[in-house]
Amino acid sequence: MIEGIFVEGLIYGIMVLGVFISFRVLDFPDLTVDGSFPLGAALMAQCLLSGVNGWLALLIAFAGGIIAGFVTSLIHNHLKVPNLLAGILTMTMLYSVNIRVLGNRANVPLLNQETILTQVTDRLTGIVPDEYILLVFFAVVALVIKLLLDVFFRTDLGMTIGAMGNNEQMVISQGVNPKTLKSIGLGLSNGLVALSGAFAAQYLGFADVGLGQGIIISGLASVMIGEFLIMKSNRIGVLTFCAVLGSICFYAVMYVGRYYGYLVNMTPNDLNLIKGILIIVLLIMTQSRKLKKFAVKAVVKK
Amino acid sequence: MIELKNVSMIFNQGTVNENQAISTINLKVNEGDFVTVIGSNGAGKSTLFNLIAGTITPTVGSIHLNDRNITRDPEYKRAQYIGRIFQNPLLGTASNMSLEDNMMITYRKGFKWLKRSLNHKMREFFRSELVQLRMGLEDRMKENLALFSGGQRQALTLLMMVLSRPDLILLDEHTAALDPKNAAIVLELTNKFIQEYKLTAMMITHNMSHAIEYGNRLLMMDKGEIIFEAAGEEKKALTVEKLIDKFHQIRHKSFENDRTLLSEE
Repeated sequence: MIEGIFVEGLIYGIMVLGVFISFRVLDFPDLTVDGSFPLGAALMAQCLLSGVNGWLALLIAFAGGIIAGFVTSLIHNHLKVPNLLAGILTMTMLYSVNIRVLGNRANVPLLNQETILTQVTDRLTGIVPDEYILLVFFAVVALVIKLLLDVFFRTDLGMTIGAMGNNEQMVISQGVNPKTLKSIGLGLSNGLVALSGAFAAQYLGFADVGLGQGIIISGLASVMIGEFLIMKSNRIGVLTFCAVLGSICFYAVMYVGRYYGYLVNMTPNDLNLIKGILIIVLLIMTQSRKLKKFAVKAVVKK
Repeated sequence: MIELKNVSMIFNQGTVNENQAISTINLKVNEGDFVTVIGSNGAGKSTLFNLIAGTITPTVGSIHLNDRNITRDPEYKRAQYIGRIFQNPLLGTASNMSLEDNMMITYRKGFKWLKRSLNHKMREFFRSELVQLRMGLEDRMKENLALFSGGQRQALTLLMMVLSRPDLILLDEHTAALDPKNAAIVLELTNKFIQEYKLTAMMITHNMSHAIEYGNRLLMMDKGEIIFEAAGEEKKALTVEKLIDKFHQIRHKSFENDRTLLSEE
C-alpha cells in the first residue's frame, strides 16, 4: 500500500515539475495544464492501441504537450491575451482535441494492453520484489527528469529563462526576445505535464478526458507544500527536489483521503474541496511565517 | 552614431487626452560623446530615452544608429547595441538569483543557447571585474541579489552593461533612487567607465551641477523640445546660475516650484 502512495506521487511529480516551471520559474499561471495532462494520456492510449512502441509513444505525448504549450504562448504573445485567459482558451480547445484523439470517446481502457509498465515489470521480475518494481521504475524516471531539468536550468539559456520570471525588463535589456523564452518555457512545462499524463494512463489502466480536471490545483498545491517543507534556496536542484517531494506529500494526503476518508464520512467527491482548503491553509501558513521573520528582524534592529 | 530625424511623439492621438510629449526633435550624438540631459518633470526626457531604446515608436520621424534605420526595431533588438540603466535599481538584475548567475546572463547580449558557460575561468574573470567596484562583491558571488543594497545592484548593473560594450548607453536618472553616498559612488564609477572604455553615453539628471560637471555636451529640454544646447568650451563655462538665466531668457518664465531641478547638491 505504502508504495502506491509513492508511485502516484512520483508519476504526478513529473507534472508538478512542469507546473513548477510555469508558475515559479516563468511566473506564468498556465492553465493549459488541465488540458495537456489528458492530452498526454490520450496520445499514449491511442498509440498503444494502434501498436506504436511504448517509448516512441512517450515521445509523441511529450511532443503533443510541447505543441499545447506553444499554442498558449502564441495566443499570449501575439494576440496580447492575458496569460490566464490564454491558458483557459487552449485548455478548452484541448478538451475537444482529446476526445478526437481518443476516437470520439471520453474514455479508453488499457487494461489488457501491453504498456511500458508491463514490459518493465516483466524485465525486473525476480530482480526486484514484485510490489516495488513500479516504485523503483518511477523513482528512476522522476530522478532522471529532475536531473535533466537541473542541467537545463544551469545552461545559459536556462538561466535566462529563470531570470525572466523574475525580471522581464532585464531579459529585454540583454537583447533577448522574452516571447521566445516564454514559448520555450511553456513548451517544456506542458511537455512534462503530458509525459506525466502518459505515465498516469498506463498506471491507471485507462485514458479519460476528465483526467486533467483540477490538475493545475494539485500541481500548485504540491509546489507549495514542497516550498513549505524546505527552506528557500536559489539552487535549482533543491527547488526541483522540493517540487517532487511536495508531489509525494500531496498525493499521500489525497491517498489517505480517498481510502480512509469514509471514517470521517468523506467521499471522494470532497477531495477537490480538500485540495482548495489545503492551498488556502498553506498560503496562510507561509504568510504568517513571513510575518514572523519580519517581526524578528524588527526586534533585532531595535 | 545615433541620429534622430524630425522625431515627434504624440500619445493618445485623436482623443481628448492627446499629449505631445516630443515635438520635432533633431539630434545627433557622435561617437565618444557624453551628453547630459536636464529638464523639469514632464519635459520629455524619459520619453526621449524610450524612443531611442525602442520602448515606444515615434509618431513621426526616424531614428538611425550608425546610419541604419532602427525606427521599427523592437526594444530587445536594439538592446544588443544600446545599454540602458533605469532609475529603479531592481530593474537591472534578478533578485532571486545569485550574483554569478546574474553576471553570466548579462555578460553577453543576444539569445543564449544550451551551453554551460559558467565555469571556473568565467568565475575568476567575474571576480577580477568585480574588484573594480571596490564594494567587496567579489567575495559574495554565490549570494542572492535580494541581499544586496540598491547602490550595489546599480553599480553591478553598470559594470555588466559596460562589459557587454554597447554602442550607446542611456542612463535614466540612474542615481536618483540611491542614498547620497551610494549615488556619488555610482556616478563616479559611471564617469570612470565612460572615460576608460570610451563609451558614448546620454545621462538624464535632475541635478544641474552634475549636468555641468560631467560630459562634453548638455541638453536642456522643456515641453518636448530641446531648448538649449551647449558643448565643449561653452559647456565648461556654464554655472547653475547661468543655466537658470538661460531658461528664463528662452522661456520667459521661472522654474516655478520645481525644486529638484534647482538643487545643487
